[in-house]
Amino acid sequence: MSENRPKPTPLLDQLESGPWPSFVTEIKRAAEKSPAAEDLLGLLERSYEDKKGHWKHGGIVGVRGYGSGVIGRYNDIPEEFSNVAHFHTLRVNNPSGWFYTSDALRTLADIWERHGSGLTNMHGSTGDIIFLGTRTDELEATFQELTAAGFDLGGSGSAMRTPSCCVGQARCEWACFDTMKFCNDLTQAYQDEMHRPPFPYKFKVKASGCPNDCVAAIARADLSVIGIWKDDIRQDDRAVAEYASGGLDIARDVCARCPGQCMDWDGAKLTIDNRDCKRCMHCINAMPKALRPGVERGAAILIGAKAPIVQGALLSSVLVPFVPEAEIEETVRELLARIWEFWDEYGKNRERVGEMIQRVGMAAFLDGIGLEPRPEMVAFPRDNPYVFFQKEDVK
Amino acid sequence: MTSTQAPKRITDIGPPHYEKFLHPLIKRNYGQWRYHETLAPGVLCHVAESGERIYTVRAGSPRLLSVSTIRLFADLADKYSGGFLRFTSRNNIEFLLDQPANIEPLKRELREAGFPVGGTNNSISNVVHTQGWIHCHSAATDASGIVKALMDELHPHFTREDLPAKLRVALACCVNMCGAVHCSDIAILGIHRKPPQIRHDALRKGCEIPTLIASCPTGAIRPAVVDGKRTVDVVEEQCMYCSNCYTVCAAMQMNDPENDGLSIWVGGKVSNARSEPKFSKLAIPFLPNNPPRWPEVVDAVVNIVNVYAKHARRFERLGEWAERVGWPRFFELTGIPFTRYHIDDFRYAGLSYARSTHLRLRS
Repeated sequence: MSENRPKPTPLLDQLESGPWPSFVTEIKRAAEKSPAAEDLLGLLERSYEDKKGHWKHGGIVGVRGYGSGVIGRYNDIPEEFSNVAHFHTLRVNNPSGWFYTSDALRTLADIWERHGSGLTNMHGSTGDIIFLGTRTDELEATFQELTAAGFDLGGSGSAMRTPSCCVGQARCEWACFDTMKFCNDLTQAYQDEMHRPPFPYKFKVKASGCPNDCVAAIARADLSVIGIWKDDIRQDDRAVAEYASGGLDIARDVCARCPGQCMDWDGAKLTIDNRDCKRCMHCINAMPKALRPGVERGAAILIGAKAPIVQGALLSSVLVPFVPEAEIEETVRELLARIWEFWDEYGKNRERVGEMIQRVGMAAFLDGIGLEPRPEMVAFPRDNPYVFFQKEDVK
Repeated sequence: MTSTQAPKRITDIGPPHYEKFLHPLIKRNYGQWRYHETLAPGVLCHVAESGERIYTVRAGSPRLLSVSTIRLFADLADKYSGGFLRFTSRNNIEFLLDQPANIEPLKRELREAGFPVGGTNNSISNVVHTQGWIHCHSAATDASGIVKALMDELHPHFTREDLPAKLRVALACCVNMCGAVHCSDIAILGIHRKPPQIRHDALRKGCEIPTLIASCPTGAIRPAVVDGKRTVDVVEEQCMYCSNCYTVCAAMQMNDPENDGLSIWVGGKVSNARSEPKFSKLAIPFLPNNPPRWPEVVDAVVNIVNVYAKHARRFERLGEWAERVGWPRFFELTGIPFTRYHIDDFRYAGLSYARSTHLRLRS
C-alpha cells in the first residue's frame, strides 16, 4: 500500500490558497511522513465529492483500565483507505490555561509522530489536546509514552469531562479567583470520575475568572464557576479623565450601556452607585486602566448548561450567588458530591443534569441537594398559580 | 515502541502542573496584574503592580495542526519568547514575550509562515469549530473547509479591530454542537432535514430496541415488526432530525447528501457584559452543502457581518444591535427572507412570540 502514489485531491487543493492558514496544507505536511494522514486526505476528498461523512460509530476501544479518553473511529470504505481503517482519537488532558513550553510541545509532537497520524487539534472543544487518528494497537503504546512524559488522558463519554479554565490570574487583572489552580486541583481530585465513566451522561465543569466568561462556562458547563466580586469597583479618577480626553464618550458608551443604570458622568467625574452594579464588566472592559473589580473576590456557581442534544439547549442558572475566593474549591467539591448523588438516583440515561432539573423542577432539586432557595436563583418569581404545596405546609 | 525495557505502567496522574509552563515573569506577577492595553491588533501588553510587563502576540491557526507546525511554533517561541507560549479558548496561538523588541520580528515571521496576527478586541477572532467530515460520524457537513473559505474572506476583520464590538463566529457540524456554538454572534450549524433511514438488519444485530426508543426526545420511535422480526419505525412528522437515535444505534442512518446542509444563527453571546448571555437565533434555515468553498454560506455570513458593521453602535454586539433596532429591521437590512421556519415550535416556543403591541411600524 505504501507504493501507492498520492491520490489526487483537486477539491481539497482549492482550500490551500487564500490568506487564512489551511488545514489541507497541515494534513499534507503530516502526509509526508504518515500514510494515515495521506489516506485521511483521500477519504476527505471523497466526502467532498459525495457530500457525506465516511466515519462509522466508534465501538469500544481504549487503553487498559480506562473507560474514556479514546474516541473510536473506523471508516466505511476501508478497502480503499486501509491506512485509516481505524483512526482513533486520543484526548490528552491539557495543562490548565493551555500554557506550554517549547520542549513540552516537542515532546508531544515526537510521541504522536511515532504512534499516530501526526495530526492534532490544539485544542478540541473540551479543551483537551486532540491526537487525531491512530490504530487500535498503537493506543496503549501512545498512552504509556504520554504518562512517562507526565501527560494523561482526558474524559469522554458519560464521565467527568476534562475541566477547563480561562487564563485567569496568570495573565489577567480581572480574574476574581485562581481559575488555573482550581481547574488543576479539580482535575487531579476527580481522575477516577474522568477515566471510568460513572454517570448517566457527561458532566462538565468550566471556570472563568470574571463575567466575561472566556471559556463559555455559562453556555456549556454543567457546573459553571464564574469569578465575581462583592465590594465596589476600584476606580482611578485620573485614568478615567485620560480615557475621556482620549476620545471615549463616557456618557454614551459607558454610562448609557450600564445595565444597572448605576453610573453617572458629569463631564469631569465618574460616579458609580455600586449597590446597583450588576458586575457585568462593560465599564471595566471599556476602561481597563481606570476601573477594576473590587478586592472582595470570589465566584458565582451556576448549574445546568448544555447544547441542544437531547431536550434543547440550556444556559446555566444561579445555584450559589457568591462564594468567597478561599472557599470556592471546597464548596464546589461538596456541591458536586450532592449533585452527583441526586443525579445518580434520578437522572435518566443520556440526561444532562440541566435537563433533569427541568424535568424534576429546580425546587425539588434544591431539596435533594440541601440548598435553600434564594431570590438570586430566578429571573423573577413564578407567575404560574398552580403551586404544588408540600404536605407539611398544610393541615 | 523502540525502548528495550517495559516501562512501568503509570495511570491517573492527570495533566502536568501548569506552573512548569509559566514564563518566569508571569510566575513573579501571578495574580498581581494591574491593567492591560492593546498595542496593535493581536498584540497585548499586561502591566503588573510591580511595573513589569508581559507582551502577548496572538496569531490565528487552523486548529488542525500537524506536528511540523507545532515544532515551528516551538522554534519561534525559543527564538522570541524564551520558549513560552499558550493557546486560547478560540484556538489562537499566543507567544508571551518579555522583550518588546521581539514583537515586530515575531509578527513578521508568523505572517511569513502564513499565520495572521490579530484576533483581539473588536475583531473577528478565530472560528471555534468541530471535526466535520475529517473525523466525526454524525457530521452533516464539513467544519474546517467552511471555516477556511469563510476566514479567507473575513480575515481583514481578524487582523484589524474595525468592528463595533467583538464578533464571535462558530461552526458546529451537527446539533450536538461541540463548543458554545449556540451562544455565538454568528453560528453556522450543520443540519439534517429528513428522518433516519432504518437498516433493519443492522438494527437487529447491533441495537437495544428499548434504549433506542427511549433516546427519542419527541417519542417518534415506536416498536414495530418487519418481516416477522422485532425492529422500530419512526413517526416521520414527529422527527426533528436531532440524530440522538443514530448516536445510540448506528442502524438509524442520518447522512443524506441531497438534504443535509447548513443553517445560520445570529445574535448570541456568552459574556455578561451589558446584556445577559443569550442564545443565537435563526437567521437562515437552510443553505446547501457546496464543497469545497461553500459560496452560499460564505456570502450569507459576509453579508450579515457587513450589515452589522454598518449599522451597529460602538460596543454593541450583534444580538444587542438586533434587539435595539428590532428583528423585523434585521431581516429588512440583511435582505434575509422571514419564513415559517423562523417561528419556534418546540419546547417553550410561546416565550418567543411577540406578546405586546410594541411594534415599530413604518408607512
